[in-house]
Amino acid sequence: MEKKTSQETLKAYRKRIDTALDNDFLRTAMDRFAVAYKEGRKNAFKDMDTDDLIEQVAILKKKAIENRTALLEEFTFQAEKKGIQVHMAADAQEANNIISHIGKAANCQKVIKSKSMTAEETHLNPWLENRGFKVTETDLGEWIVQLRHEGPSHMVMPAIHLSRYQVADLFSQVTDSRQDAKIEGLVKVARSTLRDNFIEADMGITGANFLIAKTATMGLVTNEGNARLATTLPRVHVVLAGIDKILPSLEDALKVARVLPRNATGQQLTSYVTWITGPSQCTSMETDKREMHIVLLDNGRSAIADDPLFSQVLHCVRCGACANVCPVYRMVGGHQMGHIYIGAIGLITTYFFHGRENARNLVQNCTNCGACKAVCAANIDLPRLIKEVHARIQDEEGHPLKSLLLAKVLKNRKLFHGLLRSASLAQVPVTGNTPYLRHLPMVFSNEHNFRALPAIAKVPFRDRWKKLKPRIDKPAMKIILFSGCVQDFVYPEQLEAAVKLFKKGSVDVEFPMGQSCCGLPAMMMGEKEAARDVAIQNVKAMRGFNAQWIVTLCASCASHLTHATRDLTKGFLPDKEIKDFIQRIIPFSDFINRFAPETVLPGGKDLASHAPKAVSTAGKGKVTWHSPCHLCRGMGVRNAPKDLIAASGQTFVQAEEEETCCGFGGSFSANFPAVSREILTRKLDDAENTGAELLVTECPGCVLQLRGGAVNQERNLKVSHLAELLAGTVKTSSD
Amino acid sequence: MDHHQLIQQFKEKAQLVSATIHPEMTLETALTTAVKYCQKKSSCQTSRPWESPPGHQDNGGAREHVKTIALPENHASLETLLSPMCSSRGIELVTKNFRNHARGMDMGITFADYGIADTGTLVIGCDGEDMRLATMISDIHVALLPQSRIRSTALELTDELEDMMAAPGAYTAFITGPSRTADIERVLAIGVHGPLELHIMLLKD
Repeated sequence: MEKKTSQETLKAYRKRIDTALDNDFLRTAMDRFAVAYKEGRKNAFKDMDTDDLIEQVAILKKKAIENRTALLEEFTFQAEKKGIQVHMAADAQEANNIISHIGKAANCQKVIKSKSMTAEETHLNPWLENRGFKVTETDLGEWIVQLRHEGPSHMVMPAIHLSRYQVADLFSQVTDSRQDAKIEGLVKVARSTLRDNFIEADMGITGANFLIAKTATMGLVTNEGNARLATTLPRVHVVLAGIDKILPSLEDALKVARVLPRNATGQQLTSYVTWITGPSQCTSMETDKREMHIVLLDNGRSAIADDPLFSQVLHCVRCGACANVCPVYRMVGGHQMGHIYIGAIGLITTYFFHGRENARNLVQNCTNCGACKAVCAANIDLPRLIKEVHARIQDEEGHPLKSLLLAKVLKNRKLFHGLLRSASLAQVPVTGNTPYLRHLPMVFSNEHNFRALPAIAKVPFRDRWKKLKPRIDKPAMKIILFSGCVQDFVYPEQLEAAVKLFKKGSVDVEFPMGQSCCGLPAMMMGEKEAARDVAIQNVKAMRGFNAQWIVTLCASCASHLTHATRDLTKGFLPDKEIKDFIQRIIPFSDFINRFAPETVLPGGKDLASHAPKAVSTAGKGKVTWHSPCHLCRGMGVRNAPKDLIAASGQTFVQAEEEETCCGFGGSFSANFPAVSREILTRKLDDAENTGAELLVTECPGCVLQLRGGAVNQERNLKVSHLAELLAGTVKTSSD
Repeated sequence: MDHHQLIQQFKEKAQLVSATIHPEMTLETALTTAVKYCQKKSSCQTSRPWESPPGHQDNGGAREHVKTIALPENHASLETLLSPMCSSRGIELVTKNFRNHARGMDMGITFADYGIADTGTLVIGCDGEDMRLATMISDIHVALLPQSRIRSTALELTDELEDMMAAPGAYTAFITGPSRTADIERVLAIGVHGPLELHIMLLKD
């Protein structure tokens, strides 16, 4: 197993990822898990208002963090009253030092641990081992990875990357006796072998899921029962927990416990939830009471709490769900998707707990699909925080050349569009080998053979507009078309299809020439200033048109303009103008679906009569749908496009994973082409499994990725934008 | 939901997590059922299955392994009932110092303080060390739960739970099914560090 090093280059990191991608067991295990988890979670929350339960967790955690100073004081006071020795640790080393001193003072040699991510965070095990303690992990998964000298690859299932055969080999060595690769039996080996460790241990170390200020009660959420033994048999109990674990009352803890196991493993509750209020009876002590310590770890948490943007990081309840749904995690596993903490939250906390050198590569390994945010037990805006960490690291370390160039070019719209035009003439890299522009990285890089690359249009949409603009006598309404770069310069035909539909519906369309890139590519590359510049340009470009809606056929643009504009432009533009801009952004399908029956398309839901060509050109008329991440999760638009497909006279067939990311992710696919390729392959498999011949989506980035993959892999699958399907302009050729 | 429905829900949820429910029991039938079950079970499994089986080390393996039932001291009221049941079946009834049996016992019998219907959970005050061990080191944990003690949700029990947790040294357990893991290939396996089986005796009021 290759080890992570702190100064790993992006290239070395990619190599480590390639190794993981070649691990067939890991890939199969992760695929199964990704599918099973969704189903399990759904069942666990059955008949419950999931959003409301999660919102309650988010609110109570937020309050607890805001009120942390008073809560810490109350907890400490109560804990000392109950006979617990409370220690404050400013950083990891201090925490470890406190614990080894407790061990020495109490004359402990043998230490058993139940699973604690916080102890992983502080690298407690090697610290104790170097000081002569014998440390044994007792959670089955943790024990396995400890014996293998690895770190956990998942916060809840630490050994998910290993097969039963690997565990059997390992346990054969440990017991010096051949063990069969039967899971039931292997579990019994752990039960039996570790029981001796429990009996012999002097000290038990646990984490804590909750620290309740009111009564100084700690709560532990576990399945195996090892935490109960670890807090019962040894004569000393040390709790290591972050200060973010303190909650005011039991009621708060119970509300978290309602969500945590359901979100983590799809269990309604874990086998054990253990509540300990101070030193409990211990018959091996003369006093009949255990010696109990709580080490409260800061390690950067106070600084996070004081940061208005990042304080929400501390709302995390460590359920691990953000890894469970992450398309990248699914491909590469936890050792490649985190430093200590794993998944989306791990990309963020690594920066704060383990330094930017460990976070630098990780934060780029995100497709920005938003699946983590949608599943988070505490509503943390994970994708945004990942981008913000990336931007911070670049601000601290200096911006890499390719991202600087992008920022420079984006700030000057005419230069940007000029470069794109010249690229269309030459079809050669403008900037050597750098993935220069997010929306068009592949023309500039030779690492993208996994998908066929589209040519840049000879004439971009903006240069066609003068001729295209429909003259409408009595317009039903007026809209602005926001194109985004990919449609403008690569897929103008998608916009033309939409204009055709608008014309039919007597919708007057404006195309402000001052509009530029939406700015998402800049954010994805950590260029926040450039993102701000284009955001301001775009809001200003809409001035004076007096249109009711700003319609875009690019889901990523829609989502970015809706969710990022306020924070980026606040203070640079009048509040009212910003609000007015954001409120008018609407994705294409949502717009057509909302207004088609009345105004846009005569015949309304009988769209079929307008799209006979689509039926004939798309084969047998079976159509499936890929929901762009930024449409379903970003904009909350889920049914409109599918209703439109059905109304267009096609047979709609649903793909099992229609809301799973296609692996594009802009600069992500340029940085991690191998991962992108694998996500794409899964996606195309899923679409093909429906039996459809046409895969429709609503984001040019997705079209680029999916169509390029379908062509490259010679699949029997055409890919088109929803607008083309509705306008009956789906091409018969694949590109 | 009336109380009958709550009991139903509790049963269903507890069975979903692999607990065995014995409904409509009197204290006596519950104990008899438990002891008979203990007699039938194979002997304590925390020994190393790949080494020679327990009791077989001396005298060429002729001696039968003596089964043990843990009954914590604070359950003395049950001892008079249970003691004859055990001795007639050659089972040793242990009532203290379970730490000396930490490698494993065959069965632990305890009362449960509450049942939580929506998750099939038992709430058991385990302040005493032997309460914790009886519910952990036994192959089979038999929990006696008066039906009237079943509540709808944990949140509904907040006040009672706070009382249980208030005193220094309090140790309160939520137990939902036997101990489990899915740490190897995400395959569910029952019986890791805690009981292999959980039997809940629902006592008529």
